[in-house]
Amino acid sequence: MLARRIIPCLDVKDGRVVKGVNFVNLVDAGDPVQIASAYEKEGADELVFLDITASHEKRDIIFDVVRETAEKVFMPLTVGGGVRTLDDIRNLLRSGADKVAINTAAVHDPEFVQQAARRFGSQCIVVAIDARRVLKDESPSAQTFDWSNKHPELFLKEGEDFPLWQVYTHGGRKSTGIHVIRWAKQMQDFGAGEILLTSMDCDGVKQGYDNELNATVSQKIDIPLIASGGVGNLEHLYDGIQKGLADAVLAASIFHFKEHTISEAKSYLHKRGVCVRP
Amino acid sequence: MIAVIDYGMGNLRSVQKAFETVGAQVVVTSDPKTILGASSAVLPGVGAFKDCMDNLREYGLLEVVPQFIKTGKPFLGICLGLQLLFSESEEFGNVPGLGIIPGKTLRFNFNDRAGEKLKIPHMGWNSVNLKNESPLFKGIPDASWFYFVHSYYVAPEDARTVCATTDYGSEFVCGIHRDNVHAFQFHPEKSQALGLKLLKNFSLLQ
Repeated sequence: MLARRIIPCLDVKDGRVVKGVNFVNLVDAGDPVQIASAYEKEGADELVFLDITASHEKRDIIFDVVRETAEKVFMPLTVGGGVRTLDDIRNLLRSGADKVAINTAAVHDPEFVQQAARRFGSQCIVVAIDARRVLKDESPSAQTFDWSNKHPELFLKEGEDFPLWQVYTHGGRKSTGIHVIRWAKQMQDFGAGEILLTSMDCDGVKQGYDNELNATVSQKIDIPLIASGGVGNLEHLYDGIQKGLADAVLAASIFHFKEHTISEAKSYLHKRGVCVRP
Repeated sequence: MIAVIDYGMGNLRSVQKAFETVGAQVVVTSDPKTILGASSAVLPGVGAFKDCMDNLREYGLLEVVPQFIKTGKPFLGICLGLQLLFSESEEFGNVPGLGIIPGKTLRFNFNDRAGEKLKIPHMGWNSVNLKNESPLFKGIPDASWFYFVHSYYVAPEDARTVCATTDYGSEFVCGIHRDNVHAFQFHPEKSQALGLKLLKNFSLLQ
């Protein structure tokens, strides 16, 4: 039986792992290769590197990090953050990444996902979606994209059913007016092999995933869903799988700050009847 | 020397590093002479079946793979490298494969026990049931976990060639062993310690 995956996520800046809350007060937390090896020993099923390097000149450091990690760690590695061109993808895959996560670039040009999937195969294209709930009294403002007229159906309309979520970009700061569920489906149709869905409402709050969001999306797509954003304890992982119907659960801080090890998470889930790899 | 066949598809670096980690000598190459002269060969591959076949042709390796297999030296196919050995694939209409193992490559279309359609790709760690004996599973217990990512699976005509299966809604073949040909749907190079063990076993074959 296919096991549910536990995926630790590392934020990497200028080639170092950083820890912080909501991208502020970042502290150096060590060497990505060493941390990746430690997670492998604990039984992590995959790894995600999120490159948050801001300066353009230092963008290439991530390739070295990926290269060194792939020499030591023999499990799937996904790299996201700043993936904008087919060359970016090619370079990451050549460096040893198994999958790349595309976020903002997909929103700016959905067909980029199609090109990437055709060129490199769906198995290595993860589309990352940052989602936030639309409040009942909120009138969401839509960004205009070059493709807006081509796919008007992807945007929120008057009189949508609640609960309702819209896609955000720029680390959750900019709303797009794009309907999350229809967007996820479109990304699947364009060849995404997996959806990495982060709730911006829950991220950093440590009160659990947005299981309503995850379950709604998971039931609408035929590709695997990775739930992200909000894990504060092991029960949240369980809920993410049972209530949120996630195929994989991603967490950062509970593992970084050693609140729990991955092996603890696995034995907890196993005891509660979830199929995990020991 | 193990030759990892480079035909422009997939992450060959992981395969190379995995072999190096278990102490094997390995070269990544597209050169037919180097491939045919190697003591064993590995055909990796990810992506689409048709692209892989097209690339093998473009790299002038379409004949080299069957030629190598005929020498009787150990040959390992990984993921698409398993599927390509089959007669044809139903990916994007019917695409002919190398035709070394009789059978087809089919798209997943299984439901789970509750009748829900299963997610495709089949992505993640799944346990592997050992069937007919294979020297590559030496020291690897039945029901060990390996990493998979694929949307198609192989259906060989001859059940005697099956050395491993996996369950994903239904039981499907994930390992083939016929004479000097060994091929797996999962990625040993991504399957941590047991994957390395399998590659080590392959590297020890004569």
